[in-house]
Amino acid sequence: MTGAGPRIAVVDYGAGNLVSIEQGLTASGATVAIARGPADLDGADAIVVPGVGAAGPAMRRLTSRGLAEPILDWIRADRPFLGVCLGLQLLFESSDEDGARTFGVLPGRTARLLDAPTLPHIGWNQVERRRDHALFDGIADGADFYFVHSYAGAPAAGRRGDDLVVAETEHGRPFVSAVARGNLLGVQFHPERSGADGLRLLANFVTLVGAAARPVAAGMAG
Amino acid sequence: MLRRRVIPCLDVADGRVVKGTRFVDLVDEGDPPDLAERYALEGADELVFLDITAAPERRGTLLDIVERTARRAFIPLTVGGGVRTVTEMRDVLRAGADKVSLNTAAVAEPDLVARCARRFGSQAVVVAIDARRDPSVGDGPARWSVAVKGGREATDLDAAAWAERAVELGAGELLVTSIDRDGTRSGYDTELLRAISSRVSVPVIASGGASGPDDFVAAVRDGGADAVLAASIFHRRIHSIASVKAAMAAAGLPVRLVPEVAA
Repeated sequence: MTGAGPRIAVVDYGAGNLVSIEQGLTASGATVAIARGPADLDGADAIVVPGVGAAGPAMRRLTSRGLAEPILDWIRADRPFLGVCLGLQLLFESSDEDGARTFGVLPGRTARLLDAPTLPHIGWNQVERRRDHALFDGIADGADFYFVHSYAGAPAAGRRGDDLVVAETEHGRPFVSAVARGNLLGVQFHPERSGADGLRLLANFVTLVGAAARPVAAGMAG
Repeated sequence: MLRRRVIPCLDVADGRVVKGTRFVDLVDEGDPPDLAERYALEGADELVFLDITAAPERRGTLLDIVERTARRAFIPLTVGGGVRTVTEMRDVLRAGADKVSLNTAAVAEPDLVARCARRFGSQAVVVAIDARRDPSVGDGPARWSVAVKGGREATDLDAAAWAERAVELGAGELLVTSIDRDGTRSGYDTELLRAISSRVSVPVIASGGASGPDDFVAAVRDGGADAVLAASIFHRRIHSIASVKAAMAAAGLPVRLVPEVAA
């Protein structure tokens, strides 16, 4: 099973369960390596930043492990990236949760869910597409995914923030549940805990990574 | 719209699923990952493992089954029973659990809830409250007190007050079990659920007393529960997860339907 599919580095910064995302990506044909330091990113075709919790401690741990800068360079080079939950929130400029400054590669900030009937927002909720994206190939519009969070990234209107939105979900008010810009992808829900549709989304990501990793080789082969 | 969750609970002892009346008359029911995967395919929205292993030195087997389950059942997993420290919680999360439920240890040491929430986030911290109806109030407003150690030891804590305190400390969810109803198949204590769900903004999981699909509807509609947990009616195949969800949907409650396993 090793060596076949694209190589995906799953970033470990001490934020809990990595077993599910690792297994989900492996089941989709990827070769997964857990990245605990910058050297672990060598040779990767894509980076996945999973995680739950608060932005401040996450940024501090990424920085202390020497991962923050290489991840930022990676995203700026438009290499394949998937942020899951906190991993998506970190892409925005800052988080209202603890005032932390985050990567700032997406315009806007992470804000508390407004008018939510329950917080944290825990459970399965519908992901409603605002535009087509290959990440959701074969997944019905409005399909249920598993969420666990109290905050969500709010793309700034105007500054190209609106173009990012792939899907929204409603809990009290609508919030952004999936974004895409080039090879930069992010989802607020947990595909690794969302049953068959979640595994399908991870498989779609692996396919996208494979396509991005081999365009030149494919052209030469043709 | 946020779905109301249906959660099978598996009692685990020495790495095996057991069934019995909570702590006695245990019967081996198989390998936890097998049952977990089956429930996931049948439409379970989450799983709870309650570790009732008596001997602490055998808890390594729990971490092993958590990891094997996480690799096969791609739905959230909560593990409860016997976690007393931040380090123990870390080990369970690392093995593949998404949440840990704290019960006796949280009552004994409320700051544990705060420390776990700071370290792992509130979303990973479930506080389980075993509540017993206080018979002394007569015709006055109902009151429930908290029991610990698997319901065997009473405390003076008021269950609703403890629920509020647990949320202040950082609990992201409350798992509320009626000791009076547990194992009786006489329905959830919706009054208890309402007393707690009306006081907190975090999700409340109803537990204790499920007999049939109508009880799940009542737990949500009358009790204000966000999720409903049951054990024996699923293990003994008295009701399927699909039939429970069908009843909830028919009552107008939002549920996640998994059509491909509709029996």
